[in-house]
Amino acid sequence: MSEKSKEFWRWREYRHTMPNMDWHDAKMVTAGVDIGSVGSKAAVMLDGELYTYAAMRTGGVSEETAVKAMNWAIEETGLKTEDIHYVVGTGYGRVNVPFAKRTITEIACHARGAHYIYGPTVRTVLDIGGQDCKAIRCDEKGKVMSFLMNDKCAAGTGRGLEVFADLIRTPIEELGKTSLSVQDEPQPVSNTCVIFAKAESVALLRQGWPKEKVSAAYHLAMVNRIIDLLTKVGIEKDFVVTGGVAKNTGIVSRLERNLKLKPLEPKLDPILAGAIGSALFAKALYEKEIGLR
Amino acid sequence: MKAYYGYKDGSGDYFIIIDTDKCNGCRKCVDACPHRVFELIKDEFDIEGGLMAAVTEEHRKKIKYSCGPCKPMSGERKLQCVLACEAKAITHSW
Repeated sequence: MSEKSKEFWRWREYRHTMPNMDWHDAKMVTAGVDIGSVGSKAAVMLDGELYTYAAMRTGGVSEETAVKAMNWAIEETGLKTEDIHYVVGTGYGRVNVPFAKRTITEIACHARGAHYIYGPTVRTVLDIGGQDCKAIRCDEKGKVMSFLMNDKCAAGTGRGLEVFADLIRTPIEELGKTSLSVQDEPQPVSNTCVIFAKAESVALLRQGWPKEKVSAAYHLAMVNRIIDLLTKVGIEKDFVVTGGVAKNTGIVSRLERNLKLKPLEPKLDPILAGAIGSALFAKALYEKEIGLR
Repeated sequence: MKAYYGYKDGSGDYFIIIDTDKCNGCRKCVDACPHRVFELIKDEFDIEGGLMAAVTEEHRKKIKYSCGPCKPMSGERKLQCVLACEAKAITHSW
């Protein structure tokens, strides 16, 4: 693609299969499909251990995306959809997963997934997704104690970052890093609306601010908004960030600085928390179905 | 679990908080609310999946206005949902 028409917002889609694992040996093969507003994730687990996964963009038809994500995750493993004992759907499009037996909300799945990725010490989960941001408090078993979801506007979410990446023509994966290259934090832009924030950023660029500085102002606005949400449910450590925006170092390190609390380092890709959580719920449901519980 | 439904904007915090551990799914809030803010939904938070009260999707983004008529600036406040709930599972943040 030519430099001129490059889509800076487009993040890389990927899949991965864990080496040294064979699904033929597994007693329980369960899967979770997380159809988010921007990204769709599928994960397959063998007896509760992550085996293979895929993350891609959500298309116009959720049903198609669900099938595509699942097929991509099990590609090259020899696993067929019939071999999977139980599938749970989650996320915005959870009712549109044609092969899922049950649906569980993404809030419960993110808590459970964060529990799997980060361990049982997690008490506060911040899920920053494509179009909303959720603050979740959970117990040592990964069960949700309280949650708060802000879905009124896309400010403070992944989609807002995509819009901004396009504006300053910086690939979305490098956006966080560019925002950290400024010495002093500038005043944040407006944090009530993506369109206002973008308009203010344009104005700052016109005033001659370097794009790194504008990027810092934009990230800071997002972080302030997220912290507002978090303080509502209360922050208890350990604190973790999940969802696609967890990969943006500009957001995570500012959260750490302003909250004076270091989020745990993920052992797995944090975008998968929802899909992993739903695959774990699938395991629990399958155990119940065959009478193990 | 405490479920927060609503939003925060420039003018304040507008959340209805439902304690799902207390909620017994009796439906009284659904019938009591003059503006049909509540509904009973299947509990999708755990594998057991009973019924629980929630704020409808439609009202979550405009809860300040939906609840406005029950919250006069002066005089007595009668929150029908809070009065109807025997389990005392419903609270308002504003």
